[in-house]
Amino acid sequence: MKKLLILGAGTAGTMMLNKMDAVLNKEEWDITIVDQYETHYYQPGFLFIPFGIYNRRDVIKPKRDFFPPGVNVIFSKIDLIQADKNQVILDGGKVLTYDILLVATGTKINPAETEGMHEGGWHKNVFDFYTVEGAVALQQFLKYWEGGKMVLNIVEMPIKCPVAPLEFVFLADWWFTEQGIRDKVDIEFVTPLPGAFTKPKASKVFGEFLNKKNISLTPEFSTGRVDWENNKLVAWDETTIDYDLLVTIPTNMGDDLIARSGLGDELNFIPTDKFTLQSLANDNIFVIGDATNLPSSKAGSVAHFQADILQDNLLSYIDGRPLRGKFDGHANCYIESGFGKGILIDFNYDTEPLPGKFPLPGVGPFSLLEETRMNHYGKMMFRWMYWNLLLKGAELPIESHMLMAGKRA
Amino acid sequence: MTTKELAGISVEVDAEGFLTDHKIWNLDLAAAIAKEEGIDPLTDRHVEVLNFMRKEFEENGTAPSIRKMNKLNIVPTKELYALFPGGPAKKAAKIAGLGKPQGCI
Repeated sequence: MKKLLILGAGTAGTMMLNKMDAVLNKEEWDITIVDQYETHYYQPGFLFIPFGIYNRRDVIKPKRDFFPPGVNVIFSKIDLIQADKNQVILDGGKVLTYDILLVATGTKINPAETEGMHEGGWHKNVFDFYTVEGAVALQQFLKYWEGGKMVLNIVEMPIKCPVAPLEFVFLADWWFTEQGIRDKVDIEFVTPLPGAFTKPKASKVFGEFLNKKNISLTPEFSTGRVDWENNKLVAWDETTIDYDLLVTIPTNMGDDLIARSGLGDELNFIPTDKFTLQSLANDNIFVIGDATNLPSSKAGSVAHFQADILQDNLLSYIDGRPLRGKFDGHANCYIESGFGKGILIDFNYDTEPLPGKFPLPGVGPFSLLEETRMNHYGKMMFRWMYWNLLLKGAELPIESHMLMAGKRA
Repeated sequence: MTTKELAGISVEVDAEGFLTDHKIWNLDLAAAIAKEEGIDPLTDRHVEVLNFMRKEFEENGTAPSIRKMNKLNIVPTKELYALFPGGPAKKAAKIAGLGKPQGCI
């Protein structure tokens, strides 16, 4: 029997497990997936927890619910990938060999990378919302907060879901208004980027939204440390920003396993062919989702588009044929903008987010780069699609490659 | 693309003033670009960083990140910000004659 080994049963790993289980010949292939945690988190839902829209129970399900029958499931930490020996060592020493390795170990926040962040202020008046613990702690804090200066800062790029920080301040503006304390709260959006977002047209549009919502924007601020005793954010060039409440997006890094195994770059992301998703160092290692070093967004929609391409490429690889599937960097993001509205962006490696319409058979069209109620419904509907279709590897009515139809260049 | 006069020769630069051909780079050009960016004079320490960046670019096709230079003990992040005030990733790449670093999203 040949062996396909998948490391990581998050969004990308689970999707690929289902996709490969559906197409591989079971008389020839044995599929194994390894993950250290038994709970699957609906990560796009974390954003809503601080504002009490979702709670913990709304974003979790057992991972097992999404595994097809007949695959080997191992819940264990992973000690090492030995690429030269085609094997993986689990904690405790168990050895798993593979013919093809698929790495989907994702990315996580590393607050300890920034001096002073993961210290006395952590989850007291310095919070993340990229973990369920952080999001729940922030909900508790906000419930009783009477106002002051809230600073949201992005420490460095790349980060998972690059629109989430914007969504957070848009929702915060709405939520403080609902609580009747918006006039007592200053909101400041602090980013190392030159504007509200990376790509020029979207950056301009989002900058206007920030302005309209009375949220101040501080671009090109590179966070060096947090002076938590004095509630100050300090840049590498020693400029400072005061805060009463700091909501931070800490440095995002790939799993330590990748560093231990010598497979990653300085952020533990694996150098990967941006079109085929094959690792650059090893022909029989493929990488998907946040674990790659691709210049695409780290997001579930991106992993979903990659999954279609990777399924084709794995089958070609097994047949000894050239890898024809080419990922184009496609991302499709619904952005909550508060007050029951949302904004949609759709883009890839070469085409920045453009205004226009996004056609979706049976449901759409949705408006691009514009605030509408319909886009908000798209966002809320996505949770159902995620649990019931996406994770199970089912077809969604969105093309893997970005289409220009409806977009205004 | 436009042509401009730098260090007594005429060079091609993009809309933001980055050299379009990194191969024509030399220390005189670096000093001239640095001066435009408000860094004058270009010290040996600057040059050490620039040389490392160019070597990385030759080997990997991209300029190294601030984090990588810190991790490899080429230059601590704090010092890098002092050497190239106001955005070292972009500024140092420009003075090193390399293209604008790709913004990741």
